[in-house]
Amino acid sequence: MSNENMTIHLKVWRQKGPETKGFFEDHTMDDVNPHMSFLEMLDLLNEQLMEQRKEPIEFDHDCREGICGSCNLVINGMAHGPELRTAACQLHMRKFSDGDTITIEPWRARAFPMIKDLVVDRSAFDRIMAAGGYVSVKTGNAPDANAIPIPKHEADLAMDYATCIGCGACVASCPNSSASLFTGAKISQLAHLPQGAPERKKRAVAMVNQMEKEGFGDCSNFQECEAACPVGISITAIAEMRKEYMKAVLS
Amino acid sequence: MEVPKNYKPFKWDSHIPPGPLKEKWSSHKNNIKLVNPNNKRKHNVIVVGTGLAGASAAASLAELGYNVKAFCIQDSARRAHSIAAQGGINAAKNYQNDGDSVWRLFYDTIKGGDYRAREANVYRLAEVSNNIIDQCVAQGVPFAREYGGTLANRSFGGAQLSRTFYARGQTGQQLLLGAYSSLSQAIQSGKVQMYAREEMMDLVVIDGKAKGIITRNLVNGKIKRHAADAVLLCTGGYGNVYYLSTNAKNSNVTAAWRCHKRGALFANPNFTQIHPTCIPVSGEYQSKLTLMSESLRNDGRVWVPKAKGDKRHPNEIPEEERDYYLERIYPSFGNLVPRDVASRNAKNVCDEGRGVGESGLAVYLDFRDAIKRDGQSTIAEKYGNLFEMYEKITGENPYEVPMRIFPAVHYTMGGLWVDYNLMSNVPGLFVLGEANFSDHGANRLGASALMQGLADGYFVIPYTLGNYIAGDNPEKVDESHEAFDKAEKEVVDEVNKLLNVKGEKTILAYHRELGKIMWDKVGMARDEAGLKEAISQISALRKEYWENVFVPGESATYNKYLEYAFRVADFLELGELMARDALERRESCGGHFREESQTPEGEAKRDDENYAKVFAWEYTGPEKPQELHVEDLVFENVKLTQRSYK
Ligand SMILES: Cc1cc2nc3c(=O)[nH]c(=O)nc-3n(C[C@H](O)[C@H](O)[C@H](O)COP(=O)(O)OP(=O)(O)OC[C@H]3O[C@@H](n4cnc5c(N)ncnc54)[C@H](O)[C@@H]3O)c2cc1C
Ligand code: FES
Repeated sequence: MSNENMTIHLKVWRQKGPETKGFFEDHTMDDVNPHMSFLEMLDLLNEQLMEQRKEPIEFDHDCREGICGSCNLVINGMAHGPELRTAACQLHMRKFSDGDTITIEPWRARAFPMIKDLVVDRSAFDRIMAAGGYVSVKTGNAPDANAIPIPKHEADLAMDYATCIGCGACVASCPNSSASLFTGAKISQLAHLPQGAPERKKRAVAMVNQMEKEGFGDCSNFQECEAACPVGISITAIAEMRKEYMKAVLS
Repeated sequence: MEVPKNYKPFKWDSHIPPGPLKEKWSSHKNNIKLVNPNNKRKHNVIVVGTGLAGASAAASLAELGYNVKAFCIQDSARRAHSIAAQGGINAAKNYQNDGDSVWRLFYDTIKGGDYRAREANVYRLAEVSNNIIDQCVAQGVPFAREYGGTLANRSFGGAQLSRTFYARGQTGQQLLLGAYSSLSQAIQSGKVQMYAREEMMDLVVIDGKAKGIITRNLVNGKIKRHAADAVLLCTGGYGNVYYLSTNAKNSNVTAAWRCHKRGALFANPNFTQIHPTCIPVSGEYQSKLTLMSESLRNDGRVWVPKAKGDKRHPNEIPEEERDYYLERIYPSFGNLVPRDVASRNAKNVCDEGRGVGESGLAVYLDFRDAIKRDGQSTIAEKYGNLFEMYEKITGENPYEVPMRIFPAVHYTMGGLWVDYNLMSNVPGLFVLGEANFSDHGANRLGASALMQGLADGYFVIPYTLGNYIAGDNPEKVDESHEAFDKAEKEVVDEVNKLLNVKGEKTILAYHRELGKIMWDKVGMARDEAGLKEAISQISALRKEYWENVFVPGESATYNKYLEYAFRVADFLELGELMARDALERRESCGGHFREESQTPEGEAKRDDENYAKVFAWEYTGPEKPQELHVEDLVFENVKLTQRSYK
């Protein structure tokens, strides 16, 4: 792998606010180190913009380790960019080539209103969680942790679903802007644990209804969400969600 | 060693309950004043921060009936920095029947902290640890399990017992999502009002008591007032004062620092943990450091070339020309020496010119022998996800080439001073989680920060807050009080001041410069001359900042660089205090090595006679040095021993 700096052409989405029209802005950077992360490349661009007294580009980020779910960039048309199972903050410039042109856009979905440039409002996810993504348990009321044994494969499956980082790539990549993978992951996690059983039906209905209310679209099995998910949540979450929902409304 | 003389006698009470250590917490709970359930809903409580400490506190207090307002700077409560914790959480369950107990967990934690924490606080932490695991399992946290369905444990960070509970390499994520789900339920029920992307900018103190906060909305810049009967600060650690650290980019000291400026003591600010196994810096552009779990040292061997400046590819360096320095210096612990010892030795070999990689600031962590011994698939099963992460970041395959690692700032044991009730010296201001100083002394054991955050939020504050509210029957104030006017005006003025400097240098450039001073002079090893230099350099840098920083944009929009400008301004004040604190502590202890205090073999030398104390600093005014107050630590149950890993 080369350590030579690369020249990268960027087309970055700029939008002052929800009411103003957005546009692509062109930038060329000729000092991109291949070992930089994608966000470090944007940091550097922002430093250069500020040195020229221009407004930096706004984007969300925090952990830069692929776990907090803050970063949310559509890179070359793909949520989180071209590398499989990798959040934008974990993507490195060595995955691109000298002279490449890269487009950067925000998550686009009706339920994720624009804030500024690449920053959107994902609070709809919090409201879906609040509708039912929990087990009602009072602090201090819990029985001994080993009182209910859980078969290892069930616990592992619950963990597979629980690793969702809530970034919204599933929505951004879905032609219908559906939040089914996100919602299904939580419903499925709790459906595989005995702790989730008492509120199982209520949860499925409440979360699915909230998802619709927020303006997310339906799932028509495009499976783009699974491909875009940086932590590899399986599409089986959506099948499980449907099953849980049907069982709940039919009973 | 010279004894510090220039400090004031301690005038605050740590409120440690009387009686035997093992009974203090239960007897305290029995004696605590209770708030009538019907009265709880008349009380407003502010919780700043929604990490493990804040989310657990907000949910538990809402359940008790208080009206809670919770704040965080991210776009969702679920994204607090706690989400990134990897390794696990300790508890004294003794599920493995290996002889664990509350006493042992207490003893290991206080010893690990090098005897610089209060016995009573640490004992309580160990005592409630078991309830935490019960609580989390009940919430649906999918901890790792054995085939028989019971919970699995591992030994972590050099502990001799298997007491760490974990959820793959994402324990922090799962614990936080558990607490966040309880918080979400409380939001749904209307007992918690959640304010995301809303940053606390100041504490409002009326008649000496904490009565509210001033916030800035990070989307539209609006400044708001919030009055309450008590304020809980759960705002995390300040490792980012070093610029590069394993902390999330938005972690900061601003809320705690503003409280300090309103009268809260800042305790042991220099106590910082430097983690030995992080991916090294690859260039100037580096924005943060990534931790590689410490468990890697169970199978990886740490080495550097014997010869200085040996630039050969690691696989071409023959066995006899490698120095497995940890195994050589510490034959009985070898690669498993505690974090501070591993970190300092890595620094030493790099200082000798034997560091590896392009920068010379790295050592090898080599799995060649483990792969030969156990086979690649066994190693992959244990560490696969870490190897994958390493490859993603560095582009190198650790199955074939040794990993390069280097120490990085990871955690801050220092923080706002609190008493046994987790209340600061400002009545009504409570401090929980990493933001307080209380439980980890001069060094934190692995898997104990998650435990502390949740202990504080789920099991301590629900009692001690009630005691304050019932006891002091706080007088109601409203947001039109002149103290709110004044605090709000100060925040507005500061926003304008920062935006109007319109200087030449970016905020990041200042932060980087500060970080370099801190790392070089207030880092793993410090000496008097370096600390004095650091103090004057930081003070000069701070002055320059306010004359020459460039803050872009305006206040009334989303403006991340404006947020950042405040945080760096506060780091520039904190950094100086950390250097002064380190200067006054003329001993080596915990994660902190003072060059002037070492044994003839070059190991850390603690000075219990003079420094078994908490250093608590009181703010005295802008650009004036803080005053030092010293709380004596009393050890009645453990015997202070020098650590030895040889
Ligand atoms: C990479 C990494 C791995 C770790 N692994 C482990 C581990 O395995 N085991 C372990 O025990 N510990 C571990 N730790 C340490 C542990 O994660 C932290 O100490 C702990 O999570 C801190 O929790 P907290 O609730 O105190 O604060 P945080 O989780 O940092 O939360 C702070 C909260 O405060 C809010 N906030 C901050 N400032 C403001 C403001 N001005 N206004 C409003 N809100 C504000 C933030 O939005 C956030 O919600 C690890 C740390 C790191 C960096
Ligand atoms: S910044 Fe946290 S997931 Fe990307």
